[in-house]
Amino acid sequence: MDIKPGSRWKSAVCSAELVVVRPPSSVGLLACGGAEVVPHGSESAAGGDVHPDFAEGVLIGKRYTDEQTGLEVLVAKPGKGSLSFDRRPMTLKDAKPLPASD
Amino acid sequence: MQTRLLLDIAADACPDRLAVGSFAGGIDFQALRARASAVAAWLKETQAHHAVFVGLNGAELPVLLFAAGMAGMPFVPVNYRLSDTDLQKLVTRTAPGIAVVDDDMIPRLGVIDDVELVSRSAFADRFMAGEAPALQDVPEHENDLAVLLFTSGTTGDPKAAVLRHANLTSYVMSTVEFLGSGEDEAALVSVPPYHIAGISAILTSAYGGRRIVYLPAFTPEAWVETAARERISHAMVVPTMLDRILDVMEKTGERLPALRALSYGGGRMPEPVIARALALMPHVDYVNAYGLTETSSTIALLGADDHRIAIASDDPAIRRRLGSVGQPLPSIELEIRREDGSLCDPCESGEIHVRGEQVSGEYLHKKAIADDGWFATNDSGWLDEGGYLFVEGRLDDVIVRGGENISPGEIEDVLRGLADVADVAVLGLPDDQWGEKVAAVIVSRSGTPDVDAMAAHVRGLLRSTKTPESWFFRAELPYNETGKLLRRVLKAELAESA
Repeated sequence: MDIKPGSRWKSAVCSAELVVVRPPSSVGLLACGGAEVVPHGSESAAGGDVHPDFAEGVLIGKRYTDEQTGLEVLVAKPGKGSLSFDRRPMTLKDAKPLPASD
Repeated sequence: MQTRLLLDIAADACPDRLAVGSFAGGIDFQALRARASAVAAWLKETQAHHAVFVGLNGAELPVLLFAAGMAGMPFVPVNYRLSDTDLQKLVTRTAPGIAVVDDDMIPRLGVIDDVELVSRSAFADRFMAGEAPALQDVPEHENDLAVLLFTSGTTGDPKAAVLRHANLTSYVMSTVEFLGSGEDEAALVSVPPYHIAGISAILTSAYGGRRIVYLPAFTPEAWVETAARERISHAMVVPTMLDRILDVMEKTGERLPALRALSYGGGRMPEPVIARALALMPHVDYVNAYGLTETSSTIALLGADDHRIAIASDDPAIRRRLGSVGQPLPSIELEIRREDGSLCDPCESGEIHVRGEQVSGEYLHKKAIADDGWFATNDSGWLDEGGYLFVEGRLDDVIVRGGENISPGEIEDVLRGLADVADVAVLGLPDDQWGEKVAAVIVSRSGTPDVDAMAAHVRGLLRSTKTPESWFFRAELPYNETGKLLRRVLKAELAESA
């Protein structure tokens, strides 16, 4: 999988959709709910269930990061699965929203 | 990453939410994307290299901005307030191009080689009317140039500032939360389309899921009336606008209960104006923003809490932060440097330098950014001990009197504290002995200004070298439509009359 900035992905096992904000420094496997994500435009998803180890869910508008590789993704649609990169759980990035200025 | 992505994910996540326009007749996110895709398909059929816009604010603007981004063509909104000759010159520079032009502005352009002019009414009939078309599949492209904005240079022809997709998307994604806006939020946009804040407002609103309402031409009455009718929650104004808006609100009694946040920028906001706004609309969060075209808009912010703390403080070092532009964004590095490149100490004035992904620092055919990514803003300023940034204005405006650098802003602030001073500009005039001397141009409230008292007031608070030696009086000062004082115009006038 080519995890480019701006590339869009969807979970194979839940409703989550993702956008890559920062690519990882090394190749690896991006997964949601324990299953490898698929490109956003692809018709069919593999299906299956959210793995209980990756079932905390992801929230729309939030960013998740993998500290080891710098990978950062934005959740464009929420889902029941949680994110991992090379089986490492990704963590919610705590960002204080800025006031609107334009 | 490209600007279309911002709209794509918003349209997928909340297709039915209103994106642009009023409660009645507005366009939702799904329709905005579909219409933009139809325009993109049309743009790609032409031989144009640029998508140009000459016209007032309106729903066609975001459609065309996103469409150009999808089609891989830089979007070029042009200042319709220029003289016909200058307007023609700029549009000529976009050839080969396609230009959507307000109907009443078409005669001003005449015939321009290799630029196809499309009237706004024809564009609207074809792309904005009726049911939204089906979403067109416009393949991705590699052109990273998203927007060209002609900046008014001090000398010579205007330069075309380049904003890349990467600059703009980075700005949006690092400052706005995706769909962070409630469905009831709406932004009133009154800055013109050719201003960076007009461009960034479209992108941040789409990504944030906030409806945009346009004011085609600013009048304070129309602003207040629209803000009330559309239950506007957010707006950006320049200082001269806010003062006039407050006048109308005082007269009509309208208090805009739906308004939550008002940001201001684009010039120095006099403290009495912001104090009046705070008193009239205590329910509103005030935000002061500082940014440049070359930085994709905002790079520093003074937030609502900063305002409240500053205004309530007895400590002069905290209180004065009301006149600052706050702290740099977390995603921005900012330094104040001396002429020799070394770093200034706190409270020492120098040139503001910035670095970050949103900083383009680039003009067409000319990169103005250093190899290490730092961009020299040509603005003079300083940071206080707490890291709050004070902007003093363009470096070119600094007065050099006998080797001493004098910032006009500091003297203007002191003069503005006088009851008789309605408005003031301080600038340097040629002087045989000192190189430059300090001159003050005053708009007097009483009509009978007391020069000696004014001079004594400045001398009492600042050094004597900063006390104006020449005094002029005017009925009003020249501003451009985004609230920037036209110092050069004033200076030329005074030099001529001297």
